[in-house]
Parts: sequence; C-alpha cells; structure tokens
Amino acid sequence: MKELSLNILDIAQNSVKAGADRINITIEETDETLAFSVEDNGCGMTPELLASVTDPFCTTRTTRKVGLGIPLLKLAAEQTGGKVSITSKPVSLYPDSHGTKTSALFYKKHMDYTPLGDIVSTVVTLVQGQPQISWSFVHKMKDKTVELRTDELKEVLGGVPLNNFEVISWIDAYLKEQYDGEQE
Amino acid sequence: MKSLAELAAIKEKMQNKVIMREGTGDIRVVVGMATCGIAAGARPVLNAFVEGVNEAGLSDKVTVTQTGCIGICQFEPVVEVFEAGKEKTTYVKMTAEKAKEVIEKHLKGGTPISEYTISNV
Repeated sequence: MKELSLNILDIAQNSVKAGADRINITIEETDETLAFSVEDNGCGMTPELLASVTDPFCTTRTTRKVGLGIPLLKLAAEQTGGKVSITSKPVSLYPDSHGTKTSALFYKKHMDYTPLGDIVSTVVTLVQGQPQISWSFVHKMKDKTVELRTDELKEVLGGVPLNNFEVISWIDAYLKEQYDGEQE
Repeated sequence: MKSLAELAAIKEKMQNKVIMREGTGDIRVVVGMATCGIAAGARPVLNAFVEGVNEAGLSDKVTVTQTGCIGICQFEPVVEVFEAGKEKTTYVKMTAEKAKEVIEKHLKGGTPISEYTISNV
C-alpha cells in the first residue's frame, strides 16, 4: 500500500464485511507517532480466528475475508518500529457487545514510515460505498481535530441518501476545509 | 464555511429527484474494493466514476457501487458494468483516465471499449 489511508480503507472494509452498522475510525497524531484504530460492532472473531489473522499463509475458507489486509498493515507498522493489535468479541460469546477493534501504531520519523496520504478520499469512499452504516471519523492532530459523524448528517438529510453525489461532494469539501484550517 | 444548512438545502433540492430515481438505474458500475483492488489503485478509479457519472448527467441512469474481491486480483483494479438486457462488461487494470473514457464512450455512448476489457488481455 502506498498510503496509510489505503490500509485504513482496507481495514474498514473488514468491518463492513463483518456486518457492522457502526464503525469508528480514529487517528491520533503527535510529532513522533501516528496511531489509528478502526472499531466496529460487527460479528467479531473467535480467539482461534483472531490468532490466525496476521498470518497470510494460515488462511482458510472462513478466514479468507481477512487475507492479506492485516499482514500488510502489520508490515507497514512494524517496519517503523510500531505495532498492530486486534481485540475482538465474537457474537457467539458476546451477543450484546460484539465487535472488533484494530489498532496500529507508527513511528513517523522512521525512514520506512508510509505517509497517511489522501485520508479524505478514504472517508468519502467508505461513506459512498456503505451509506447505511453509522460512520464516525475523528483525526486528532497537534493543533486541530477533524471530525465527521454521519448520524448528524443523516438527521439533517432526512431520506436523502448519504451516497447522493451532492452530499458526497459536501462531505469531501467539509473535510478538506477542516484540514485546510479555513473554518475559523 | 461548509455548514449543515447547506446539507438541508441539498435535501430540499433532492427530495423530488429521489422519488423519480427509484425504479431506474439501468446501468450498474461495480468497482472491486478488496485489499487487491485497493492496493492496485481502485480508490481513484471509484472516485473518477462517482464524479464523472454525475458530471456527465448520468446519475439517474447509472449507479456506482463497490464490491469485494472477485478472484482476478492480477487484473485489478477491476470494474464491472451491468446493463439491463446486455452481457456484463469486465474492465481490467483500470485507471482514473480510463474511467473517464468508459463514461464517455460506454455509459454515455453505449459502446464498450473492448481494448480495456478482460477478453483483451
């Protein structure tokens, strides 16, 4: 993956496939580090499946949906001295609180750090593809925080779908404006 | 500044259209967005279709959606075009530039671009 935002897009697709209707993406940056997490309320994974998801060669039919995504993320994080951790509660054991949280930590000053890249494009792509999901995106930086919560938008939009082109364009501009710091 | 009031305006404008649109959607453009597709560059391809379809005034007729891995990872980014009553067209190794051509010649003009399809690799 050329950009971390592509890893984030890929990891969030796992949450979509796990049947989540609520997905929270959080990025926290300091001068030294970038940490992100993708948290969902999807079907979760059993401890056995969880143990095998970072191994690309341990893929069976049921784990196939995980494939190379997690190993690629693990590589991107570990080559900077960082790490990936995944916690999961399977629906079979936790009927009321199931879901998965994937967290990754990167050291930005390492020469093998992959830049975050076009994160706005990742968020727009996710909302366009899965407008029915409640998306929350929070990116905390040193001097500002960029946020998007699709539940708030849905309240205003009534029945107009989030993947309507004008809404998607609005989301794109809304995020870009927050990054460019023109909102003051 | 982008405000929620703008969204409310979009809502007002769209409500009539949304009702009209139901039941149409003759053409479906499906972009593969699994790990293989994303790594090969599917994100800009998808966004080129979303933007281009709207710019070409085709949004009442064409729906752009995403799917997972369809098993031909070596040909990603893969885009499938489904048209009512016609055979499916599978475009391979797509780029944003090729997407613009597909919108113009295929989605608008009605003729698939055979040199970009899987039967041509």
